[in-house]
Amino acid sequence: MVDLKVNFCGIKSPNPFWLASAPPSNSGYQVQKAFEQGWGGAVWKTIGAPVLNVCNRYGTIDYKGSKIVGLNNVELISDRPIDINLKEMAEAKRNFPDHAVIASIMVESKKEAWQEIIKRTEETGCDGYELNFGCPHGMSERGMGSAMGQVPEYTCMVTEWVTEVTKKPVIVKLTPNVTDIVHPARAAVKGRASALSLINTINSIMGVDLDTFELSPNVGGKGGHGGYAGPAVRPIALHMLSAVASDAEVSRAGLPISAMGGIETWRDAVEFMLLGATSVQICTAVMHYGFRIIDDLVEGMSNWMEEKGFESVDDFIGKSLPRVSSFGDFDLGFQSVARINHDKCIQCNLCYIACNDAAHQCIDLKDLKITNEAKERLWPVVREEDCVGCDLCSKVCPVDDCISMVEIETGRPHITWNQLVATKPEVLEWDKMEEYRKDAHIHIH
Amino acid sequence: MAEHYKPTKYKAWEMTIEERFSEYHAPFSQREAKLEADRCLYCYDAPCMVACPTHIDIPTFIKKISTGNVKGAAKTILEANLLGATCARVCPVEVLCEGDCVLEEDHKPIAIGRLQRYATDYASERGIKFFKAGKAKGKKVAIVGSGPAGLSCAGELAKLGFEVTVFEKQKWAGGLSTYGIVVFREPVEVSLAEVKAIEDLGVTVKCGVEIGKDIQFEQLVSDYDAVFISVGLGKVPDMEVPGEDLKGVVDGLDFIALTKTEKLETIKYGNRICVIGAGNTAIDCATIARRLGAERVTMIYRRSEAEMPAYHFEYQFALQEGVSFMFLTQPVEIVGEGGQVTGIKCVRMDLGLPDASGRRSPVPVPDSEHVIPCDMVISAIGQIKPFSFVGALAKLGLQNVKGYIKVDSKTNQTDHPKIFAGGDCVRSHGEASTVMAVQDGKIAAKGIFESLIGSTELSGATAAGSKK
Repeated sequence: MVDLKVNFCGIKSPNPFWLASAPPSNSGYQVQKAFEQGWGGAVWKTIGAPVLNVCNRYGTIDYKGSKIVGLNNVELISDRPIDINLKEMAEAKRNFPDHAVIASIMVESKKEAWQEIIKRTEETGCDGYELNFGCPHGMSERGMGSAMGQVPEYTCMVTEWVTEVTKKPVIVKLTPNVTDIVHPARAAVKGRASALSLINTINSIMGVDLDTFELSPNVGGKGGHGGYAGPAVRPIALHMLSAVASDAEVSRAGLPISAMGGIETWRDAVEFMLLGATSVQICTAVMHYGFRIIDDLVEGMSNWMEEKGFESVDDFIGKSLPRVSSFGDFDLGFQSVARINHDKCIQCNLCYIACNDAAHQCIDLKDLKITNEAKERLWPVVREEDCVGCDLCSKVCPVDDCISMVEIETGRPHITWNQLVATKPEVLEWDKMEEYRKDAHIHIH
Repeated sequence: MAEHYKPTKYKAWEMTIEERFSEYHAPFSQREAKLEADRCLYCYDAPCMVACPTHIDIPTFIKKISTGNVKGAAKTILEANLLGATCARVCPVEVLCEGDCVLEEDHKPIAIGRLQRYATDYASERGIKFFKAGKAKGKKVAIVGSGPAGLSCAGELAKLGFEVTVFEKQKWAGGLSTYGIVVFREPVEVSLAEVKAIEDLGVTVKCGVEIGKDIQFEQLVSDYDAVFISVGLGKVPDMEVPGEDLKGVVDGLDFIALTKTEKLETIKYGNRICVIGAGNTAIDCATIARRLGAERVTMIYRRSEAEMPAYHFEYQFALQEGVSFMFLTQPVEIVGEGGQVTGIKCVRMDLGLPDASGRRSPVPVPDSEHVIPCDMVISAIGQIKPFSFVGALAKLGLQNVKGYIKVDSKTNQTDHPKIFAGGDCVRSHGEASTVMAVQDGKIAAKGIFESLIGSTELSGATAAGSKK
């Protein structure tokens, strides 16, 4: 049996799947129900400053029959009384001592306010805190949430205020609404955070109604930016996670990361963990399908680990991080070309038109006479000598494993851009670049 | 709800007769249509488009449904095929567009026919008109027969600016779409709406006028600049067996026409019905008989299952409707009592050597005579060739091919320069179908234009030729 247990800077949970601080973790009823069904932990819906909510609160992107590929919201932090939240938090922790219960906090930018709410929350027995420096709507306009996360000095300062008054782990939740997420991450390290979590939601307007001209979500005829989440944001979250996880300053401090952003399946969770996440947080998928998805999350990850021979999650956390690289360190001599398997090809010719209109015109439609049909249609065939290996054709191909990218040896030097410009800085001029290309057998038509 | 979610719906005793004769496929809902349209790969140089005799730009119209531009989708369809609403319902899509869909082999082809119906119905329900009569060319064209070929030719010519008159001997226009397609495949209203759309282009449709009787053919040729003949085929031929004149022996086409024109409750049918033939019309007769309420419907065919001319999906449909089949059985006499059919005497057949059609020919088994009791016999063994027209036209120098009017396949012009022809009456080989007739009409319209005006003036917005 594989072991999914997680030790996240001292916070223990039976598996890495936590409810993200969001509507699914709004109450003791919900959190305890989730734990009963197998969730490893929950970051309680943020408590703190007094708020009033509006409706409607959600906007979605549906794509070709799939609902909620992206979800945006303008809901604020918990609008339930703090006392009730704290009472229910204590009860959840008492009933599920082995599960992770983390309090998410957000108050105005005053030392007393932060320290007071932390002290009040200590009594719940919660396992730690997540500081919400990420909420991009409603709270940010009042100087909270992402307004703090976007200024590294504030991030550091508030983190320090909190770490002064608690011995419990403090997780700083980062906003993606910044130019470079590494800076607020380093600020959290500086403020003695115990861990990081990312990403919060992304600023977004979901759409405009073509009949009414109203925005989505539509709050009584008006709309504005809200926080974007769901499967569509996953690549952005993966990038930010990898940027933070591979930052020298962050890794030197040894801070674990709880990652989120569009995780719906165990496969998504594994990807985040391969890029350095110790635990993963999930919200949109639960909002779409309910807590019951935990069954497949746990089982799917376990099966995958067994198949790969991993005994514990530590065996694969961060395993792909060494592959995170910058463009300047890529091998310029690596050459792949597209090969089309005509046994699998269904002749939709999407590869042909994509290559012809949007790539490098190296797929021809040819009469191959490989069937017995009287009027055989033309087949797409790659002119390998002209294929630049861009991979667009295999991406548009609707058939699995029909077009594969095959590595070929071209005799080009296996050198990176950084190495090249270090040894031959003259290639930064076009004429020298042309000379180099000639020597290196690089022909671009 | 998608079709495959529906439990088996057809239980005759639970449905009213109107329900049994309403369109077999429910129309796509907006969501169904979008989901199905989204499945389309939007192939480049798509095979479905090549397979369509009228070369409808199928990927384009499906993409338009997907984006919510359903009006544009209907326009794309009707630009290539003015009878798109009929074709959406009656085309043998399994052997045309859907049969060539790249998803057909290891998945499920796109439901092109039903999407086409969705788009054309959308436009029709909203009364959207896409075309108008072209600038008057000062030329008159007469069209004989208002079936799909005639209407298609009339519409295309009107778009090009010709003054078109269609002559129809029946009470209503539309030809087989109106009278010959079973009502649960195509309601009469759909066909008549298409007639109306052609009339809206300025075409005059004169029903109840028979050429050769009310107006002589020579008159037509001298009164008009060109004539297009689309008279289709004739009645079901005699079986040439004794007893054919007994009460209870009916022509299959007449039987279908009744269900299109009469109140369903008033149609007389037997309880034990034998249908002779195994083509698509025979299947229609058998399934109609079942849906009317006939207890036992047996199709009798002298060859075997493998040779039956009906489309496979039609055969499947008949089986599903509870029709039984007697293959390798040849009627030799219709027997009766007091002038009324009581049975059909048949012999068993065996398959011998291949005949001219390449199919193994049936040979009677000696001493195998037997009588199948029945109270109604529906004959659907084909249609007679347009002999009377071919005879009348021969005087004007027109040739025929095996009894069908001979035309040049590029222009559908006959041997007489003013006379063109299309549809089933020229289909001397290959399968006759609505969509082929529509294409004939388009080709002839182009041919007439070129012959009367000249080819150089034919601009883009016209008749035949595929759009790419």
